[in-house]
Amino acid sequence: MGVARYWREIPSRYNLIGSKCNVCNEIFFPPIKICPNCRRKSIGKIEDYKLKGVGTVESFTIIRNAPPEFERNVPYVIALIKMEEGCYITGEIVDCEYDEIHIGMKVDACFRRIQQDGSAGAIYYGYKFRKAD
Amino acid sequence: MREVAVIGVGMTEFGELWEKSFRELVGEAGIKAIEDAGIEGERIDALYLGGMSAGRFIGQEHIASIAVEVAGLHGLHIPSTRVEAACASGGVAMHQAYIAVASGIYDIVVVGGAEKMTDVVGGEATDILASAADREWEAFLGLTFPGLYALMARYHMHKYGTTQEQLAMVAVKNHYNGSLNPKAQFRNRITVEDVLNSQIVADPLHLLDCSPISDGSAAVVLAPLDFAKKHCEKLVKISASVQANDAISLHRRKVFDGIPAAQHAAKKAYKMAGIEAKDIDVAEVHDCFTIAEIMAIEDLGFFEKGKGGKAVENGLTELEGEIPINTSGGLKAKGHPVGATGVAQIIEIVQQLRGEAGQRQVKEAKIGLTHNIGGSGGTAVVHILEVV
Ligand SMILES: [Zn+2]
Repeated sequence: MGVARYWREIPSRYNLIGSKCNVCNEIFFPPIKICPNCRRKSIGKIEDYKLKGVGTVESFTIIRNAPPEFERNVPYVIALIKMEEGCYITGEIVDCEYDEIHIGMKVDACFRRIQQDGSAGAIYYGYKFRKAD
Repeated sequence: MREVAVIGVGMTEFGELWEKSFRELVGEAGIKAIEDAGIEGERIDALYLGGMSAGRFIGQEHIASIAVEVAGLHGLHIPSTRVEAACASGGVAMHQAYIAVASGIYDIVVVGGAEKMTDVVGGEATDILASAADREWEAFLGLTFPGLYALMARYHMHKYGTTQEQLAMVAVKNHYNGSLNPKAQFRNRITVEDVLNSQIVADPLHLLDCSPISDGSAAVVLAPLDFAKKHCEKLVKISASVQANDAISLHRRKVFDGIPAAQHAAKKAYKMAGIEAKDIDVAEVHDCFTIAEIMAIEDLGFFEKGKGGKAVENGLTELEGEIPINTSGGLKAKGHPVGATGVAQIIEIVQQLRGEAGQRQVKEAKIGLTHNIGGSGGTAVVHILEVV
């Protein structure tokens, strides 16, 4: 887990900045450089797009066996979330009882600590999701 | 383009092989395959080796050179190339070797696959395997490899009513088949209750829904069909070899009830072989998790989308069923040394087609298929083999 690798992603991780293709109008997250629908026609027609952060749980899992950096978080919930704009995002669901979580549940994005390099290492922040009212 | 045949196969036992090093495993499988083919080293033109992550599992890269050395071919300076596509590394190595022989550039080509996964401790292996997913947008957030398939499992269960018991039945069947395979890592039979009572890894997947961490190596020898006709008694030709790729991340693909690359590869493979799904007599599919086998038998067209769970429940995929799936025990029971898996699948099908599968022999198997997946579906490779 090198710091630089994640540091450079921070604008999108902090602000849910994706991309919009101005040829087909599809919204993408994570950001893209070329549209898979329009390909060459989309060159120069892609712009940043800030997602509203509102979506629906399409599927979820409770992770009980985690890589070393996440071991102390176990168990935690990771979901596939369909954003209102049509793209899907992988993200953790927090502040919620496990038996409340279901497919079709409305969620919104929040800003949280994701992981840390050891006890005194760099802290990585990013988006997570919580139950929307 | 020339027609291509498999003229030799060889593999090690799969399992926790602490007493054997990576190079010993590669050497053992390669030598068995070359002996089975009855080929002199001087005749071998090239070597391809599938391997996912030797750098992190054993701290050794440049493994193609190790392969050529342990095969005793380094003095002949033949080209040896490592191929990496996560758990589909072996299948992609096969595809590359097929292209090389079909094109006429090389005649005799050895394809190997190897992984030594048990030298690292638990959490480390989970992290290495997570590198088959999107490190920046999936693994960074804490998603594991079993977690990815768990997301597909819950989606499939929600959409089609696939049950936890049906998932468990895949593992039960594959352990039964594994009990008939002397090379398998697990030769113990299990019950649905055993699966459901095992620890949950990533809800809804239990430990016994997952393939194990394994060591092992597999190798095959390819040659032009015309050469094979003069050289072999039992002829098995490759009637299709297709690779298809997709986005590495599951969220980018927007399809969670199957693997689009596998569906695409299967369609192209049937066309290339001039057959249909119903013509397949036996198949080895990528059951890294039980849900993966259910999605595979749907993606390959053996059963309608959403009906895979029911097909397993009704015994249609058992040894005596309509379409026997994973007669070797599959990744689940035979073991899943990731780089070796795609090559080992070919070996099981060749043995079935040659009538050499012993107690797990499928009667009158004439056409077989292999389905090898990398990551959560970023790579898919389908091969169709036929008795000539
Ligand atoms: Zn577009």
